Amino acid sequence: MVEIRWHSRAGQGAVTGAKGLGDVVSTTGKQVQAFALYGSAKRGAAMRAYNRIDDEQIINHEKFMLPDYVLVIDPALAYTDNITENDKASTKYIITTHLTKEELIAGLPSLADKAERVFVVDCMQISLDTIGRAVPNAPMLGAFVKVSGMFELDYFLDRMKKVLSKFPQKIIDSNMDAITTAYNAVN
Amino acid sequence: MAKKYDLNEVEVWDGNYAASQALRQAQVDVVAAYPITPSTPIVENYGNYVANGYIDGEFVMVESEHAAMSGCVGAAASGGRVATATSSQGFALMVEVLYQASGMRLPIVLTVVNRALASPLNVRGDHSDMYLGRDSGWIQLDSFNAQEAYDMVLCAFRIGENMNVRLPVMVHQDGFITSHTAQNVSPLSDDEAYAFVGEYQPYNDMLDFSKPVTYGAQTEEDWHYEHKARQHKALMDSRDVINSVFEEYKAKTGREYKRVESYLMDDAEVAIVALGTTVETCLLAAKQLREEEGIKAGVVAPRCFRPFPFDMIRDALMNVKALCVMDRSAPGGAMGALFNEVSAALYTTPNRPIITNYIYGLGGRDFSVKEAKRIFKEQLAHAEAGEITTDIQQFSGLRGPKLGFFKTKRS
Repeated sequence: MVEIRWHSRAGQGAVTGAKGLGDVVSTTGKQVQAFALYGSAKRGAAMRAYNRIDDEQIINHEKFMLPDYVLVIDPALAYTDNITENDKASTKYIITTHLTKEELIAGLPSLADKAERVFVVDCMQISLDTIGRAVPNAPMLGAFVKVSGMFELDYFLDRMKKVLSKFPQKIIDSNMDAITTAYNAVN
Repeated sequence: MAKKYDLNEVEVWDGNYAASQALRQAQVDVVAAYPITPSTPIVENYGNYVANGYIDGEFVMVESEHAAMSGCVGAAASGGRVATATSSQGFALMVEVLYQASGMRLPIVLTVVNRALASPLNVRGDHSDMYLGRDSGWIQLDSFNAQEAYDMVLCAFRIGENMNVRLPVMVHQDGFITSHTAQNVSPLSDDEAYAFVGEYQPYNDMLDFSKPVTYGAQTEEDWHYEHKARQHKALMDSRDVINSVFEEYKAKTGREYKRVESYLMDDAEVAIVALGTTVETCLLAAKQLREEEGIKAGVVAPRCFRPFPFDMIRDALMNVKALCVMDRSAPGGAMGALFNEVSAALYTTPNRPIITNYIYGLGGRDFSVKEAKRIFKEQLAHAEAGEITTDIQQFSGLRGPKLGFFKTKRS
């Protein structure tokens, strides 16, 4: 079982990202779960989304989770939300920020002893450059594909195109661009 | 002719989407709805399917849930296949008309996304609304995940519209935990699904002018009692139809459903009885306890909450030593309703296992695998002591001082 926790603000696309990831994972024959917990249901409020991935049908419906991956798609939430909650010695962090990894960790003491498991990528800037709006979910998926090694990039892009097939070609192309750019930029 | 959907063998759908796709595949003629969280997307999607030509039907916008169910009653009495969705306060406002629908024997399908009842206001999942419907004369089917939410809606039409049943059917799913959680779902194709559900067969429809009929007549003491007794008998007799519809569905899909689901019960010494997603979480706990500690734990769950499966509950549980019945609804000054009903069934068995009650998960409070394992172990302690070692009614996951009521009087 692989468990993923997304830290996001309502409106940034964590739910769409989690469901999109679930859609792609399901095409590999695996079982998935994607759900979200909202604080207050308004744009900008801190919220969390979750994925579970397994070979067998997922029958665990608890909200509690020991995440294998923590994906932070809003830069400020790394500071204001408890992103290390219920983590494990192997939990990997992918955090969107314009800072270098060293600068980020210098400001976040809770990550100091996990430095080798922290990855940074500027999903905000990448989404502005590629999609033209601050929708950091697509770049985060690219960064996740790289860090997790769960898929080949080309396979993921191909499946993601099908998930997005109802959208205009321009939106599909810009999302593919965002995923690829973040895949190459995450470190 | 409605357009068809090209569905994959495996889709990733949440419970709401799954239920709405089943309504589309059943080609529901009329949905009268007043959307409410967390069931909103079911009727919203139906409206979308109508607007885009995927259903040859009618979405009726109304001013309240009372009007929504009233619209459904009118459309069903006229001779159409009818469905809607609701939750919580909306369900509460529908209650008066729910009794009208069942008394008029109208096979409406109501998809209920279970949510807590105010006050205090809460949009999250518990079973207060499902319990509020339990004396309304509807058949109530419960689903534990998104796949089942889809499957149960298709089965609901077949059951309710059967000429020997002709009763309305609710299909329940847990608010957010099922309704907003996307999981792998294997749908039937549009043609397969419609072939299973079948053409709607009207019965005493008001638009058949060659045979005028009256709905909702005034009866007083002369006939009311006979009507109600006959309605109760129809509910009880629907058990065989439910069994055979589930068998047919299994033949079509390979997915097997029973009025009472039993998991790991062949050699179980302790058991949990629950509804909704909790059933699966408890099953995971039971599997882990068997592997880790050799505890013979099992889970029993009413798939069909009404008609209450008194017979099958008894068969499923009569040989366990101790069991806990979990109620996800504020009991309002009594033992949990499911506890009472399961207890009554087990009282008529020779063994009369030890039985206790937990209230849990109100307003969406998380229910964890760890807590389920603790509850199983508590049942083992009761079994080993030969009596109830705790209060009979306890509260799981409640903050503050421990709350419990009543001690055993048997030893």
